[in-house]
Amino acid sequence: MPNPTATELVEIEINGEKFAGEQGSTILEIARENGIEIPKLCHMDQLEPTGACRMCLVELVDSGKLVTSCTHPAEDGMKVETDNERIHRSRKLNLELLLSNNTEVVDCDSDETRCEFSKLLKQYDVEVESYAGEKRNHENIEDNPFFKLDHDKCILCGRCVRACEEIRGRSAIDFVGRGFDTKIAPPLDRSLTEGTCQFCGQCVDACPTGALTSKMRIEKGDPTQVEKTSTVCTYCGVGCRMNVYTKDGEVVDVAPDPEAPANDIRICSKGRFGFDFVNRDDRLKQPLIKEKDEFREASWDEALDLVSEKLSEIKENHGSNAIAGLSSATCTNEENYLFQKFMRATVGTNGVDHCARLCHASTVAGLVRAFGSGAMTNSIGEIKDADTILITGSNTTESHPVIGLEVKKAVENGADLIVVDPREIDIAKEDATMYLRQNSGSDVAWIMGMIRVILEEGLWDEKFVEARTENFEEMREAAEEFTPDRVEELTGIDKKKLRKAARLYANADRGSILFAMGITQHSHGTDNVLAIANLAMVTGNVGKESTGVNPLRGQNNVQGACDLGALPNVYSGYQNVDLEENQKKFEDLWDVDLDPNPGLTVVEMIREAEKGNVNGMYIMGENPMVSDPDLGHVEKGLENLDFLVVQDIFMTETAEYADVILPAASFLETSGTFTNTERRVQHFDRALEPKGNSRPDWEIISQVSTRMGYPMKYGSADEITDEIADVTPIYTGITAERVANKQGLQWPCVTGDCTGTKYLHKGQFSRGLGKFHALHYREPAELPDGDYPFTLTTGRMYYHFHTRSMTGRSQGLDELVPEAYMEINPADAEALEVDSGDLVRVSSRRGEIEIKAKISDRVPSETVFIPFHFAEAAANRLTNSVLDPIAKIPELKVSAVNLEKVG
Amino acid sequence: MPEINEELRKMQNTYEKILEDLPETRESVIPALQLVQKSRGYLPGDGLEFIADYTDTPLANVYSIATFYSQFYLEPQGEHTVKVCQGTACHIKGANEIYEALLGKLGIAPGEVTPDGKFTLTTVRCLGACSLAPVMMVDDKVYGNQTPDEARDVLDEYRD
Repeated sequence: MPNPTATELVEIEINGEKFAGEQGSTILEIARENGIEIPKLCHMDQLEPTGACRMCLVELVDSGKLVTSCTHPAEDGMKVETDNERIHRSRKLNLELLLSNNTEVVDCDSDETRCEFSKLLKQYDVEVESYAGEKRNHENIEDNPFFKLDHDKCILCGRCVRACEEIRGRSAIDFVGRGFDTKIAPPLDRSLTEGTCQFCGQCVDACPTGALTSKMRIEKGDPTQVEKTSTVCTYCGVGCRMNVYTKDGEVVDVAPDPEAPANDIRICSKGRFGFDFVNRDDRLKQPLIKEKDEFREASWDEALDLVSEKLSEIKENHGSNAIAGLSSATCTNEENYLFQKFMRATVGTNGVDHCARLCHASTVAGLVRAFGSGAMTNSIGEIKDADTILITGSNTTESHPVIGLEVKKAVENGADLIVVDPREIDIAKEDATMYLRQNSGSDVAWIMGMIRVILEEGLWDEKFVEARTENFEEMREAAEEFTPDRVEELTGIDKKKLRKAARLYANADRGSILFAMGITQHSHGTDNVLAIANLAMVTGNVGKESTGVNPLRGQNNVQGACDLGALPNVYSGYQNVDLEENQKKFEDLWDVDLDPNPGLTVVEMIREAEKGNVNGMYIMGENPMVSDPDLGHVEKGLENLDFLVVQDIFMTETAEYADVILPAASFLETSGTFTNTERRVQHFDRALEPKGNSRPDWEIISQVSTRMGYPMKYGSADEITDEIADVTPIYTGITAERVANKQGLQWPCVTGDCTGTKYLHKGQFSRGLGKFHALHYREPAELPDGDYPFTLTTGRMYYHFHTRSMTGRSQGLDELVPEAYMEINPADAEALEVDSGDLVRVSSRRGEIEIKAKISDRVPSETVFIPFHFAEAAANRLTNSVLDPIAKIPELKVSAVNLEKVG
Repeated sequence: MPEINEELRKMQNTYEKILEDLPETRESVIPALQLVQKSRGYLPGDGLEFIADYTDTPLANVYSIATFYSQFYLEPQGEHTVKVCQGTACHIKGANEIYEALLGKLGIAPGEVTPDGKFTLTTVRCLGACSLAPVMMVDDKVYGNQTPDEARDVLDEYRD
């Protein structure tokens, strides 16, 4: 591996030509840098070399020795030949011997990793019979839903083992046995489902022979005859670029795109194995109209006419604001832009929002107030170089797996990791330098408490505060009340630990804070975010490489949906609707009168529907009947509507309430751009034709709008991309043409020739000076009491996403985790006489569910955790819809519940 | 979380005692395997898991090491392990006859344990005692210049 600090160069001669390389480079590295091909099997660029397969042998001209170029260091003046008759013979012999124990070879020659062995056999003209010998007779590994290991095709190169260990840190498999009988297997003859495997498929992607292959690919016929399209994953906000392999109109496989900017060659289980839902027969394929409580199929014309007629009727009778729209964080930028344009220009209301309201509304509200921009300040690739990382309210390794790996890299590089979370999540157990467990909802107290310690001990960055911020004194005064004793009382965090953590973070050179829903989903979520901003500014930990405040966005395009104005108070690019110049600008651009008043937010829409003030709703790709708090009320709200149109790819829990359902194309059947959590706008192409009669969302919106008298005539998604660039200052340089590559562009991109922005607030904050906020402690709205003595907190788990409308329809993911569960502390379980798997009735002031217990010391005593994915035991039957007064985000993270064992 | 029952806890305490002098690092894996095997006669699954935990080494790596070295057994072994040398010298001097004689006497297939749990019979490549060929080894003791009858008698000594 090249040593990054070395500046000395070595010069070597390869095949008679001179090349320079960094001191410490291997021969293979210098050859690769200069485009000289050397064959290899056991080596991958991303892995530590082992020199095991002997395919990369090269000849040292002076000594005549054959050495493995992947391990042999390049020395100054060295002369190397990478191919001659002797080398060729040696490599061929190697291949023949490797082949002698194999009964099967996957015959393919695409650029996929799985074809490497096959291609070498052809290149070296290797005959199967050369050394036909005894064959191994191991039982194949296939007792898991996702992939198969066929030992007959395995050459024991060990790439899968090392990929699992070095890239993912899982070590789920290793060599077992010795000599001829060696095989790759999980320990103790167990199934992969019983060990540390997370089914990310890194082993499958590393395999050069196809011995490891996804089951879907095997089932879908000839695994070599496939088409490849580079696209972007639609689970979580990392924005993993991946190649989708298709055949006969179906997805047959997925693998990370090696040129991916955000994820390198990594992806998680959901991205790797969770897209078979696209192929499902129960996809919506034809518009549906409800008649006498039954849905019947309808033509597009009939359905679109009915939608435009009904919406126009409501607009006529009750006014534009009687219609509300939910856009979608899963849809493209183009579709989100168009949806808000439709709501604003065609319907005439600002009543458009989407589920960002339920996740990072408080982040946007808080960080805009403090910094002037609500997005991640840094890029994913910068995380590994931070020297101190504070993670709070983010179960990073499960919710953003690839970012979790970057944090692990930072820790390996020597960074200190502080985790503050009510649950002792994996990253707290496995990687944290310090783990602090706060009482749910007490975040302002511990953060301001840390600030007080930092000020008291003189660890603050006076220069930074002086030059780059305002309102410091007010904040300092407010911090006074957060004495370590009081903080300990409020948060349950030991005061000595708090002090230690404060010092650790304050002394960072490159301190990075990562946070997510655990911070935002509170009735004081905006305060929590402002507290984090205070902490970062007081220590000068913002505005530098690897240094900043990083909200991890939860859905693939929740950043983009916000950026493009699917929010009730802003046009695209966070241009406030109540600012006259913005209103004028868009009235001119769109040639229509616009409403200057901000519209309703997600939870408010539902409340107003229940009251009869909202009569019609248009819901695109969202599922509030599972995702929103206090579902009893959501149900009433939706039932009370005069007209509901739902546009989705499946019959969701919400679609059941619709009057008209419009079948949408999935992301693989459309093209456009997504913006990931690091503000990277990534373009993707269509990989499949829309299923049945479904249509891309942007086409449907255009057709409804045109029918309602506001014509939208876009010939392609690219035309919308260009319109976005025209009207959105932060997206100015992000035109269809400029973003049509694999790297994409990170906003702000305010000029036509910009190259994107890696990290924000360099030199000065987006709002000029960073603003401190004086914060005071407020309790969560509902605390445990005699009737409801437990705290319920909700969140995600690794194998499922959101309301399971996708992962629940992915065969393998559903097989692995088919049902809901509730994490309960061993002590509480004992007191309630509950075992893992027992059914427990969980009730709150708003509803009750029955759910299986899972005893776990992840949760503290008197707190239970329920993943919100499962409709049949929906955590949101129980949650509290009380809102943060500024961001209008509901308090999904803290509600009081009672537990009873069932039966 | 798996339920921790009494027996498991006891076993864990036993392992903890066995390993108490070893540093809790990856370097301890092989000595830990040796100690546990010495105490239990073989390497049971829970022992491997304990070692993985104790040395902070992935279980897959511990298992890989345990299956790589021929000194480690993953199945219970007989009270005494009989190894018959199959090296060149022993081979020429009739090691096979000794091996066959012992297999016949014990009534087991290679690698199996006798029903009374007394013996496991295996072969080894070379014990490095060629001058004494043919050689066999019972536990740590080497028996040289064997004939089939003598070898059978040696086993009888261990019967009592």
